Amino acid sequence: MIRRIIAACLLLLTCALPVQGQDRTIQDVLQEHADVIVKSSRKTIAPAIEAVANSGLPAAQDVLEAWQAKDMWQRDSDGVFFKAVKAEGSAYDLLDFDTGGPVGQADKSELTQMKPNSGIRAMIAAALVQFQLNDPDPERRREALLAIQRDGEASHLAPLRASIKSESDPEIRALKEVTERLLTISFDPDEAARVTAIEGFKGSLSLDTRAALNPIVTTHIAYADGVGETANVKRELRAGSRDLPVAEAYALMVAAGAVTPQPSLAERKAALEANISDGSVAGIPLAELNTQEARDRAYAALADQGLVPDFDPAATEETAVQGVRFAEIYDEPSRAVTGAAEATLASINRAVGLNQFFDLSLDGLSLASIYFLAAIGLAITFGVMGVINMAHGEFIMMGAYTGYVVQQVIPDYTVSIIVAIPLAFAVTFAAGVAMERLIIRWLYNRPLETLLATFGVSIALQQLAKNIFGTQARPLTSPGWLDGALSFNDVVSISYIRIAIFVLALIFLGVFLFIMKKTRLGLETRAVTQNPSMAASMGINPDKVNMMTFGLGSGIAGIAGVAIGLYAKVTSELGADYIVQSFMTVVVGGVGNIWGTLLGATMIGFLQKGIEWFNPSNTLAAQTYMIVFIIIFIQFRPKGIIALKGRAAGD
Amino acid sequence: MDMFKKTPSLPIFIAVLVIFTLAVTFLSEAYGAGAISTSFVKTLGKTLCLALVAIAMDLVWGYTGILSLGHFAFFGLGGYMIGMWLMYARTKLIVVESMASAALPPTPSEISDAIGTQIFGVVGSSDFPLIWTFAHSFWAQIALVVLVPGILALIFGWLAFRSRVTGVYLSILTQAMTLALSLYLFQNDSGLRGNNGLSGLQNLPGADAISQDYISVWFFWASSLALLLTYLLATFLVSGKFGSVIRGIRDDEARVRFLGYSVEGFKLFVFTLTGVIAAIGGALYYPQAGIINPAEIAPIASIYLAVWVAIGGRGRIYGAVIGAAFVSLVSTYFTGGQAPDINLGFYTIKWVDWWLVLLGLSFVLVTLFAPKGIGGLFDLISHRMSPDRHGLPLGPDKGSLREEEAEK
Repeated sequence: MIRRIIAACLLLLTCALPVQGQDRTIQDVLQEHADVIVKSSRKTIAPAIEAVANSGLPAAQDVLEAWQAKDMWQRDSDGVFFKAVKAEGSAYDLLDFDTGGPVGQADKSELTQMKPNSGIRAMIAAALVQFQLNDPDPERRREALLAIQRDGEASHLAPLRASIKSESDPEIRALKEVTERLLTISFDPDEAARVTAIEGFKGSLSLDTRAALNPIVTTHIAYADGVGETANVKRELRAGSRDLPVAEAYALMVAAGAVTPQPSLAERKAALEANISDGSVAGIPLAELNTQEARDRAYAALADQGLVPDFDPAATEETAVQGVRFAEIYDEPSRAVTGAAEATLASINRAVGLNQFFDLSLDGLSLASIYFLAAIGLAITFGVMGVINMAHGEFIMMGAYTGYVVQQVIPDYTVSIIVAIPLAFAVTFAAGVAMERLIIRWLYNRPLETLLATFGVSIALQQLAKNIFGTQARPLTSPGWLDGALSFNDVVSISYIRIAIFVLALIFLGVFLFIMKKTRLGLETRAVTQNPSMAASMGINPDKVNMMTFGLGSGIAGIAGVAIGLYAKVTSELGADYIVQSFMTVVVGGVGNIWGTLLGATMIGFLQKGIEWFNPSNTLAAQTYMIVFIIIFIQFRPKGIIALKGRAAGD
Repeated sequence: MDMFKKTPSLPIFIAVLVIFTLAVTFLSEAYGAGAISTSFVKTLGKTLCLALVAIAMDLVWGYTGILSLGHFAFFGLGGYMIGMWLMYARTKLIVVESMASAALPPTPSEISDAIGTQIFGVVGSSDFPLIWTFAHSFWAQIALVVLVPGILALIFGWLAFRSRVTGVYLSILTQAMTLALSLYLFQNDSGLRGNNGLSGLQNLPGADAISQDYISVWFFWASSLALLLTYLLATFLVSGKFGSVIRGIRDDEARVRFLGYSVEGFKLFVFTLTGVIAAIGGALYYPQAGIINPAEIAPIASIYLAVWVAIGGRGRIYGAVIGAAFVSLVSTYFTGGQAPDINLGFYTIKWVDWWLVLLGLSFVLVTLFAPKGIGGLFDLISHRMSPDRHGLPLGPDKGSLREEEAEK
């Protein structure tokens, strides 16, 4: 601490601060201004604070901090100032400002506490800023700058500008320059300087910039007759437009005194109620007052008697605001500043819009890869084999739960994920093979019943998962190196998990293509798909091939389950949430073609994000509209984006 | 009548239904011995409505071969339409009553505002959405029960059938339609109170003085009558030439088309008609259930509908009724916590947890080993066995084909 203060002192000395006599102490400075310090008035205190701050003495920061914290006391006997710390009873330990060392004790009765009010404390805080900005610790300088960016004041501007030149750290220097411009925009009295600063932010994406510029262009709507010549008018408005509803316009006119307000519906009702006599109002029986016309008549009668203020049904709010001019006026008086701010904001909005588009594209891409992952297993079982497997979602869920169980056994997240992926494949491969052998092979002639039988398996598996793991969501934690996000700027960012899922989807695409095009199994699968009896004549065992293919599709669903579990919570309904979208992906893409599935997933992913962009608060609506879109899309391309042609099409 | 000659099961069904209705009436708390509690009368009434929608499902799936996974959406829409009137009318009575003590008698617009605040307060709104325009009128809402699901089915069916979407693709498409509808209704600004749904439907407006004991029996009668009429209509349809054509479409669509029939027209008619029947079932069901929310329309409900029909036996109307009644009553028994737990020593089987597993597996078994469902048992009694042409039967949607013939 001492060293830091000395360094700060040296730094201050090298700055353009007045060099004081070497023998002068901070106590001398305080004594010079003792009377104003004791008086503690906001009007007169400024020279005292300045003198301390600009004394160039190492203890200056200490004094200001003690003063601000109400720890500065004056000894009544000789008027010397000390920093006092409460000791036992009413006794206080006195600390000398210059040496920092203790100089004995004193009773509270012998001392007077300096109690700066909030205004003075703010002035002291402003004076302290220059010390913080020149603090030898870069981390403290950065903190001070960020604090200023968050909550800047006019008084910060001068010390900040002074500190830029001496800044050695290039990063903090850049931060200081940005902060200086932000402060200039808000507080500099010179219009030209503000305009220059504002224009310097053209195309910036920083949130702080937008936060600094937005207050400049705030507006309020005023009744135009009451607007002076000098007002900074943004535009003229007519009542009844989208930005100025009639009721608001009318309220403005009333506030300006341009019209006398008519009694409102509620007020008229209250007046009628107040004037009930003998079961009638103004001679009209109460029972008849159940329509608005009757009430208006009764009110008019009361008004004629002079009991209530007049009400003219013809003088509606609409007629009152007809043809009246209203103006939207900037709160900021300077036209040059608001003009520059609007232009800069427009350029910022363009840049932000462009970046949001990129961000949205990244979101769409990651959603597309999730759908692709969920659907790729289906592309094999449904697309290639033509078997509808409603339990596909439950295979995804089984994969996710496998990952969860592995994490319970292996605590290291990285290792557990590496173990979980092949294990999930093995578990769901086995489940798929079992299901094919036991159920599906008996139903190859009856596709609709395959759908229902696998649905039976699906509800049984789902309930089984609920019985085993409970209904609450189980966590599947990703390894530490997948935490966080890759962010390009304040607008565009993507989490590492989404990147991992994207990479995984690409790997799967590669694996699928490799198996189908380059391996024996792929060749046999394609042969059996195209013509089972011919394939059987060639020595291929269709039963075995179907079993292996179905197992492969199910196994991939298991791995997809691990990936989706990392991204969403693992529940027994995890798979059911994806099943309809997965089928949609395959159907839209075109059955029997992996590129179609890829295109389908891309289209659905981007479409959903695109629709969400129109109405970001409502993902339910986005899903609804997307499904409606798909239903319509199927009208125009019933066989999907990539339709198989010729014999391969099957029918 | 020709219909009775062709379907000997019809008089038996009518007799059973009439006897059942009378029995429940004379055992109910309102009109008889009180052996059946009011809540169980409601359960039975609801079961009849489910049997009604199962007949619709059987017509569209068992007879025409369209596995629609969207008919429960029409059922729910019917419930929403009648629910809107019930909720509006009852809230209006309550509001008028509470305003009667005010100093001035309320104006129509004041009443309407107060009803809006009451109904839409839970979703942070007080204005009536456009779709509530006719909610004040009982007859208009009754018309909407038929019109809204009917028009939806017509549009969807027209789009789907004209582009020749068939088989599993059509199933997935109908499922997507159901999902879209339920997701839409889940939104708060859908105008139907989001996931709160419509509630208090068991209280008929103006019938506060009448005990639920009576109301439940009345609804039971209405459901029974509706089931009877639907059964007659369905039997009439399938016993004539129309029935032959739709069975032909189920067995071989292309052949029927080549014979000169408008396959799309027939399909569209069946799809829309069954959608309307389902909606009527829903309009009777939800006043007995008391509450309707979007979860009722979720795709899984429509799949359960297919499960009932498959377990009961497709392609015969009494099969659908039996399936729906059997499965829904057994479900109520097991999930209601009445079934005794089975203690295996190391594990206690709680039926609330394990019922769905049992249902799923038994469903798989029925599909695999008894494609005719429970209804197939009646063939044993009536000795209507199919001729043994070697190989297993493939179930009604493959017509008379046996396994080995189909594989050729």
